[in-house]
Amino acid sequence: MQIIDMAVTPLRDLNATLQAQAGATNGTAWDIENPRGSHAIAVGLDAPIEVTVKGSTGYYCAGMNKQATVNVRGSVGPGVAENMMSGTVVIDGDASQYAGATGHGGTLVIKGNASSRCGISMKGIDIIVHGNVGHMSAFMAQSGNLVVCGDAGDALGDSIYEARLFVRGSVKSLGADCVEKDMRPEHVALLADLLERGGCDARPEEFRRYGSARQLYNFNIDNAY
Amino acid sequence: MKDDHSGAPRTPPIQSATFSQSVNAEIRRAAATGIYDIRGGGAKRKVPHFDDLLFLGASISRYPLEGYREACDTSVTLGTRHARNPVELDIPITIAGMSFGALSGAAKEALGRGATLAGTSTTTGDGGMTPEERGHSKTLVYQYLPSRYGMNPDDLRKADAIEVVVGQGAKPGGGGMLLGQKITDRVAEMRNLPKGIDQRSACRHPDWTGPDDLEIKILELREITGWRVPIYIKIGGARPYFDTTLAVKAGADVVVLDGMQGGTAATQDVFIEHVGMPTLACIREAVRALEDLGMHREVQLIVSGGVRSGADVAKCMALGADAVSIGTAALIALGDNDPKWEDEYRELGTTAGAYDDWHEGNDPAGISTQNPELAARLDPVEGGRRLRNYLKVMTLEAQTIARACGKNRLQNLEPEDLCALTMEAAAMAKVPLAGTDWWPGKPGPAF
Repeated sequence: MQIIDMAVTPLRDLNATLQAQAGATNGTAWDIENPRGSHAIAVGLDAPIEVTVKGSTGYYCAGMNKQATVNVRGSVGPGVAENMMSGTVVIDGDASQYAGATGHGGTLVIKGNASSRCGISMKGIDIIVHGNVGHMSAFMAQSGNLVVCGDAGDALGDSIYEARLFVRGSVKSLGADCVEKDMRPEHVALLADLLERGGCDARPEEFRRYGSARQLYNFNIDNAY
Repeated sequence: MKDDHSGAPRTPPIQSATFSQSVNAEIRRAAATGIYDIRGGGAKRKVPHFDDLLFLGASISRYPLEGYREACDTSVTLGTRHARNPVELDIPITIAGMSFGALSGAAKEALGRGATLAGTSTTTGDGGMTPEERGHSKTLVYQYLPSRYGMNPDDLRKADAIEVVVGQGAKPGGGGMLLGQKITDRVAEMRNLPKGIDQRSACRHPDWTGPDDLEIKILELREITGWRVPIYIKIGGARPYFDTTLAVKAGADVVVLDGMQGGTAATQDVFIEHVGMPTLACIREAVRALEDLGMHREVQLIVSGGVRSGADVAKCMALGADAVSIGTAALIALGDNDPKWEDEYRELGTTAGAYDDWHEGNDPAGISTQNPELAARLDPVEGGRRLRNYLKVMTLEAQTIARACGKNRLQNLEPEDLCALTMEAAAMAKVPLAGTDWWPGKPGPAF
């Protein structure tokens, strides 16, 4: 176990140290103390290390993560795990806007609630939210899976492409071209795996699936507002 | 005009200036199709431009340098504010961001080859970085766009600079669309979307809003890249004073300012022609912002949008830019709109010089296409050579003017070297109307 105390270690040194683990394969564990809401903590990592942030963070925690597992023992600001490529990010508390934005891969677990635009423009990431998500979540979501164990706000999945959305609670409204779809056996199996990976106490049968009606895929003047 | 039966002369037919034949044709086209016109390129309307400025040259009070003999430095360093490794270029003419997807792979390769031969940089576009482009570009600027198509930290770290695209001159406030017919397997894979569907490029970034957020986003990009490379911010020519101010506040090393003549791969004609400001009107306002912040020359300014010649380069730099960027002109150098393809342009219902349906992927010159047969028409080696030649000529032209103005460095050109041919150009460029010492808005005693 290695400890980095942000009360005495500048952000630049923290990230340089963690980024320098690229190529490491020993699964070294790192604890980060006193994050004090700092932005851009543990960004650009590229090694199978385990990082635990002991407190809440500001913007873009674990941004562009590859391979690493990043645990946050607190809440996170906007853009957590943005553009993540692989690895796992687990947030004990709540997440602000744009959680998992444009993520290409990996798993993001939010044990509290996520604010608006969760999973915006997601490109392959799996996002599992134990609580609720705010408005415009999964906006222009391209691929990957968003699981919401609570409720979803307005305009869920607006202009969605091929991402799959699973919601257990209510959906305030669906966005343009987002529709409810059948839960076929393959979706139940997929969701069961996602729920297990996310540590959720829920059954797949409790969820509804939403996705693209594919009516906006090619420009049509009758779809223009 | 034929008389009527009474023998009195008739009023000749008069075409309306408001409802001209071209306006009426567009109304009929809209009525028939129900869709607005989408096209590539930049503003085609005539706006005040660099042609409305002249250099004064040397005289008794100004001492010229000898052409071809006395040195005239063309080098420029970009990104000196924060980056550990600023971008060093031999010439101040860079290649603007254009995407693989909008352009063929061979065209991107040719741009990289030409830029490298000329000692300058080229830029990726919406769609990510291709290995061919990285491999053939000594200095490559990686665009960070709202869509984040193809964005990944590995390519980010391969870049020599990062350009956060907030807007572009052809469509400030607008996103883009790559139509399905250009979405090949490779383009689709790079963008994580199904083949053949229209791909929307978002008009705003997904994970930041406003200058305070942008400052934090730039911090993240610097942390991921170890504060090694410069961060550019590209803005469309809309509110250049305020946007430049906010870009600098957010931490930009370089501001890229794109006026309305700057091209795009595809957007609505109404957007291209009716949103944004002419490049000429933007430069001095951006420079004023930098001067007010005490950052002129510390944060470098790159100007684009309608730069065609060494004279345009020199005029931009005289108005305060550190460098320029070209897109449309570079494509023309590669062979875009070449009259040798006139028969095929006519088959497409257009003519050489007017072809702008870049989004449809049928470019006879093989540049704005993903059709393998068409793309094969462009030899990237020959294209690179042509671009290098063109960049060389532009540089020599700019040097010629600078020497005539007594400058041993292009960056030493200054507004005092210029006059304007029209009131509009004088007001926009803030240089005297030719033959006077006055321009509209010049501070001083009122009439």
